[in-house]
Amino acid sequence: MFSFIARRLGLLIPTFFGITLLTFALIRLIPGDPVEVMMGERRVDPEMHAQAMERLGLNKPLYAQYLDYVGKLAHGDLGESLRTRESVWHEFTSLFPATLELAICALIFAGILGLLAGVIAALKRGSLFDHGVMGISLAGYSMPIFWWGLILIMFFSVHLGWTPVSGRVDLLYDIQPKTGFMLIDTLLSDEEGAFKDALMHLILPSIVLGTIPLAVIARMTRSSMLEVLREDYIRTARAKGLSPSRVVFVHGLRNALIPVLTVFGLQVGTLLSGAVLTETIFSWPGIGKWLIEAIGARDYPVVQNGILLIACLVIMVNFAVDILYGLVNPRIRHQR
Amino acid sequence: MSLLQIKNLNVRFGDPKAVPVVDGLDLSVEKGEVLAIVGESGSGKSVTMMALMGLIDAPGIITADSLNFDGKDMLKLSASQRRKIVGKDLAMVFQDPMTALNPSYTVGFQIEEVLRQHLGLSGKAARQRALELLKKVEIPAPESRLNAYPHQLSGGMSQRVAIAMAIAGEPKLLIADEPTTALDVTIQAQIMELLLHLQKEQNMALILITHDLAVVAETAQRVCVMYAGQAVEVGHVPQLFDIPAHPYTEALLAAIPEHSEGAERLATLPGIVPGRYDRPQGCLLSPRCPYVQESCRQQRPGLDPKAHSLARCFYPLNQEVA
Amino acid sequence: MTTNTPAVAVDQSLLYPSPYKEFWQAFSRNKGAVAGLLFMLLIIFCAIFAPWVAPHDPSEQFRDALLTPPVWLEGGQSRFILGTDELGRDLLSRLITGSRLSLMIGLSSVVMSLIPGILLGLLGGFFPRVLGPSIMRLMDIMLALPSLLLAVAIVAILGPGLINTVIAIAVVSLPSYVRLTRAAVMGELNRDYVTAARLAGAGLPRLMFITVLPNCMAPLIVQATLSFSSAILDAAALGFLGLGVQPPTPEWGTMLASARDYIERAWWVVSLPGLTILLSVLAINLMGDGLRDALDPKLKNAA
Repeated sequence: MFSFIARRLGLLIPTFFGITLLTFALIRLIPGDPVEVMMGERRVDPEMHAQAMERLGLNKPLYAQYLDYVGKLAHGDLGESLRTRESVWHEFTSLFPATLELAICALIFAGILGLLAGVIAALKRGSLFDHGVMGISLAGYSMPIFWWGLILIMFFSVHLGWTPVSGRVDLLYDIQPKTGFMLIDTLLSDEEGAFKDALMHLILPSIVLGTIPLAVIARMTRSSMLEVLREDYIRTARAKGLSPSRVVFVHGLRNALIPVLTVFGLQVGTLLSGAVLTETIFSWPGIGKWLIEAIGARDYPVVQNGILLIACLVIMVNFAVDILYGLVNPRIRHQR
Repeated sequence: MSLLQIKNLNVRFGDPKAVPVVDGLDLSVEKGEVLAIVGESGSGKSVTMMALMGLIDAPGIITADSLNFDGKDMLKLSASQRRKIVGKDLAMVFQDPMTALNPSYTVGFQIEEVLRQHLGLSGKAARQRALELLKKVEIPAPESRLNAYPHQLSGGMSQRVAIAMAIAGEPKLLIADEPTTALDVTIQAQIMELLLHLQKEQNMALILITHDLAVVAETAQRVCVMYAGQAVEVGHVPQLFDIPAHPYTEALLAAIPEHSEGAERLATLPGIVPGRYDRPQGCLLSPRCPYVQESCRQQRPGLDPKAHSLARCFYPLNQEVA
Repeated sequence: MTTNTPAVAVDQSLLYPSPYKEFWQAFSRNKGAVAGLLFMLLIIFCAIFAPWVAPHDPSEQFRDALLTPPVWLEGGQSRFILGTDELGRDLLSRLITGSRLSLMIGLSSVVMSLIPGILLGLLGGFFPRVLGPSIMRLMDIMLALPSLLLAVAIVAILGPGLINTVIAIAVVSLPSYVRLTRAAVMGELNRDYVTAARLAGAGLPRLMFITVLPNCMAPLIVQATLSFSSAILDAAALGFLGLGVQPPTPEWGTMLASARDYIERAWWVVSLPGLTILLSVLAINLMGDGLRDALDPKLKNAA
């Protein structure tokens, strides 16, 4: 198991360097003079321009600039935002819990409902329920989630008035960010009703963000389950006189989960893409909204290193899924 | 009373009027007996046993006058009552050991599962018993095998594990569905020997489904020959081999290569097994039978006592030798 | 001397059906796929004949009829079947004209990623030592970035607009083509017919494009369909974020972005563009499912 993890870790290093190259190149690709771009619309006199070039290291050859960049990264220096003068790392870490909280809730929603629907659809193959699940999941898979969010707001917030329109918690409550997770922070605070309020704020964004993963997981679970139920070892399990639920869940689902887990891992990227849209719609103060605003404001250090951080995040999650995959699937663990 | 008594078993797939895959099958097995079922692929051997085990799902339809095992009618039991018998008193070993074990669990887990389910053993006691079972099926280094995953075992080893799982509940009847077909030739004899050894030791009945007539001749006390879903001849070894009553049995025996020694070509039975749409009105063998008479084409014979065996034929062979 | 072959009546059922006919039979058995195809034909028709189909000029502002509801609601006017938006522009005309843009973005981004994707995939498959793994590493890196985020980043650098949207979406969907092609090529390279072609002296280009590529097309066609639908979705998302096609061009996503402010007063300005996106994407995905089942039975239960 240890060597399995070590091998996977070894694969990460070149990927990581590739990402730094990419984010480095990203900024170089901006058309026009980088100093002028960063200084905004103001006219820059030649002396200041030269100073800025010097300060930013832009007069050095490209490879030296890249080495500088990586060197800074290695020291944990991710630069600072042009707008707020805050360090990028600080902004990222203070906003990330909001995105994580949303993503976790969305995944829980998608995972539980998707697995359940997928398994039942597979067991009742060809039934009305099966057709319904397949139809709904195809629609969910095709959903423009930014529109889906608006529709849910229109119905539940505007029309019924059940859920709040935006934000993480009502401004009435004064919540100290201890963990960064609003659900936990509101529980820790002695503000009455804050937890319920935070929960209400989470419901719609979680549904919106979870819609596509839900569809994918339901479809994948169904097809994977159907495949597994045809296997010989299912017949063996039944010949042992085991109860149908034990056959399905212990012998079937465990094996059916293996491909689903891979898909689950791949959904992390989808989830972060979705977070950009969901956070924009619900004014959710997370990294997706942060990045979009940075792009709008041409805050290039934030764009560059924000993308770097998110890419690293995706790589780490995929790595974790890989390891988990090895744990669930003994064949992988012992191979290669 | 016989341990297993099957009367007029029919298995169909799809609608109740579909051509039966198993057609009016009668069969009985005594305690401690070895019965072989032979016949070509698709003749309904495995389906019969799956029906007995309750492993046939919709759209399969099972009907029988009786499907009596150990004094209980398996068709009349509720699903949960049947599951108390299946896997304990009535167990089965399947054809391909490489796919019959769950790849996600260790050998030990899969054996202990049976012990937990049927004998109420758990923890150390189950572990101990699983170890004994692995020793019983002659697996070398059984302690380390308990924690092995199926993909780490060879085919022969996997089949031994599957057998250990099957005998864990000390069954009264073990069904072995072509247990050696998927194995290397060198391993086949070992597995066969193991099964027969266990059968004697535990005094359990054994139904052996096989293509291999040589194995049947050496091991079985009785043989059931199946053709197109019907039992065409049921008789004792060695009489059935020496003086077959049914033309199909004769043809099967003639097709053994040793019987054709010196001949230009192997003996074969011309034609193919009738399918869904060309099932003859009369005897199912009538289109291929070398001894066919007009009456064979009109009516189907029943499985009736003949000189040495039960045979489904109007004009059985070798009757005068008696 | 000529031998007269007697005319033999050929049993039609024994003839192999032509591959197209066989494909159509399999495809048309899938009702959802046929429904998707019909809907897409409608959209394509609308897109091609937009100036004639649309009842009004999509940018003509009827100042006297701002936010008119659809015709079946109270206050609806028969000249605006689906109502008007905040500037009094006819919604139906804008949706019809918008279909041109969406289809064009979808089509051009698929072409722009399919061709380099296939080339890179072929190279990756045929040179498994150095070139292949390095191409795949590069694709892994691109896959590590969430697709919309990568597209957003590209647009952020190149600036918003139609062409940049197409480029961004094409770049984002490149890795899946490369991976798919390479996997298919690696599978085919072990087949005997490839060895036979090699022995017959086929050069590398011939091996790549004539021998191997046609046998890898089935999954690629399916993928192209699916990435067509996600291109439409991504383009709309970029438009919604204000990074795609700029107003007043009637693009579905851009229309939604400007409709957000009227969520409380005029549900139709919000619902209808999104519904159009959903239905088009759904139709293409239904078609994709049908194509996959018809072209590649092996994939039937995958994904």
